[in-house]
Amino acid sequence: MFLQQLINGVALGSVYALIALGYTMVYGIITLINFAHGEIFMVGAFVGLLLISYFKVNVFIAIVGAMIVCMIMGVLIERIAYRPLRKSSRLSALISAIGVSIFLSSLALMLFGADAKGFPDSAFPVRQLRIGSADVSTLQLLIIGVSACLMLGLEFIVQKTKIGKAMRATSEDYNTAALMGIDVNRVISFTFALGSALAAAGGVLVGVLFNAVSFNMGLMAGLKAFAAAVLGGIGSIPGAMLGGLLLGVSEVFGVAIGYSSYRDAIAFAILVLVLLVKPTGLLGQKITKKV
Amino acid sequence: MGNALQSLVASMDPYLMQILVNIGIAIVLALGLNVIVGLAGQLSLGHAAFMSIGAFTSAMITIKTGLPFSLNLAATGVVTALVAALIGFPILRLTGDYLAICTLGFAEIVKVFFLNFQPTNKALGLTVPGAHTAIPMPIYVAVVVVLSVLVATFVQSSRFGRALKAIREDEIAAEAMGIDAARYKIQAFALGSFMAGVAGGLYAHFLSYINPSDFGFLKSVDMLSMVVLGGLGSVPGTVLGAAVLASAPEFLRFMAQYRMLVYGALLVFLMVFRPNGLLGGVNFTELVLRALKMKPRKRS
Repeated sequence: MFLQQLINGVALGSVYALIALGYTMVYGIITLINFAHGEIFMVGAFVGLLLISYFKVNVFIAIVGAMIVCMIMGVLIERIAYRPLRKSSRLSALISAIGVSIFLSSLALMLFGADAKGFPDSAFPVRQLRIGSADVSTLQLLIIGVSACLMLGLEFIVQKTKIGKAMRATSEDYNTAALMGIDVNRVISFTFALGSALAAAGGVLVGVLFNAVSFNMGLMAGLKAFAAAVLGGIGSIPGAMLGGLLLGVSEVFGVAIGYSSYRDAIAFAILVLVLLVKPTGLLGQKITKKV
Repeated sequence: MGNALQSLVASMDPYLMQILVNIGIAIVLALGLNVIVGLAGQLSLGHAAFMSIGAFTSAMITIKTGLPFSLNLAATGVVTALVAALIGFPILRLTGDYLAICTLGFAEIVKVFFLNFQPTNKALGLTVPGAHTAIPMPIYVAVVVVLSVLVATFVQSSRFGRALKAIREDEIAAEAMGIDAARYKIQAFALGSFMAGVAGGLYAHFLSYINPSDFGFLKSVDMLSMVVLGGLGSVPGTVLGAAVLASAPEFLRFMAQYRMLVYGALLVFLMVFRPNGLLGGVNFTELVLRALKMKPRKRS
């Protein structure tokens, strides 16, 4: 029972972590809460659904396809809605992000209708495996596996490549990085592309897991992923992974012990409690402000 | 007097009346949020929670007691402000985005609480009986709007408002000047929530049906958009922003299903072209003085 719920929780949590990474990376570099991120996750799920049901591709190709489409979309959104506002107040950029999010979800509502769409059964052959006392479906293993690979890939890009180094430098100090000859606009576009790709992968995985894709799936998932990013300490990449897993696991356990109607409150209650004890999140750096 | 006012309200076009009342309630909400976000500079993403607390409190007072409506509204405001102060006490220690996400989380918790709260009918929502008053609701809304604008304008230039602005500009410097930042932030939070509570009470009795799901994240976002769109910290701007955004869905009605699409795009374009809001950075007294030729034009 315990092991069973733990695996369910880790599967859900790794998807939260994938979305949270996009929030945290964008925040780390331009301190913007990208409220359209949940909507990118939703678009990713729809692209995956279209690829699987019309082009009959397998789930891995659908994930890659959704990642590419959302990458382009993320970069475009940044160009149109955020870049002109980079010098103005952060609240204006926030409202612009909210505008993008309303735009995308109503676009999806118009194109696909209000009811949730399911994946065809052939999308991914689900088998039940028995590990110890727990029933694990191959689907959960797929989610955990794909998320782990993507996170390792991200860790590699950020720590070992040149553009990753530029990302870290930009998040450390935007102006100094620009003075050192780093093309910050390129770094920001790259960050949006990376974050959107991860969210798209999360979207396809969630769509296959719950067998439902709908125009408003981005809102709650986005809010919870944002909560996960803040829980781990916003701006910190390992923090987002930790926060996502923690929220996913605690949500599943909360439902398992009988609080299913409080499901959406559990994540936020944990967040508020943690922030009261540790005001900058679990792995966030302490900021000392000077006048 | 009640009868005369009732016939006056009845003589108006009900559709127009409904839009006007919506705008009025939006103005009260946005002015309340403006105290927290615009003056004190504390980003709140959960203002709808206080509206819902106000709506349910006011509805329960009407159902359980025979309190006249004006006292009901005052009591509702006080209850909401107390709840806000209680919550504000721990969470206002957080800064910036950590505070924003905390208010968001708190709003979700309030929503889920009401969705599971037996006395208010859980997720079914609550049907609100008629208010204990002879004066029709639109008149109440109009009076509350006028009072809110007066209070907001007064607060802006009062000692309290100047302290809040100092905290907004730089909290540490403000504290060094002897401003008790924690106390002022809680007071700002309580004042903004008081107005949200009163607006919630009006909303509940005007619509006569409230549902916890109506006060979700999108409602909070709506209010924040009004404040930012109008121009942060500016009372005329906030009123304009609230009026534009509250009536926009009606003006855009001819576009039928494209309505929300255009609304989203409109938000982006308005922000890109007026990043400080419609009336942000516009000083009204100066404009009037300049128009009257009492003050020379600024040379640039």
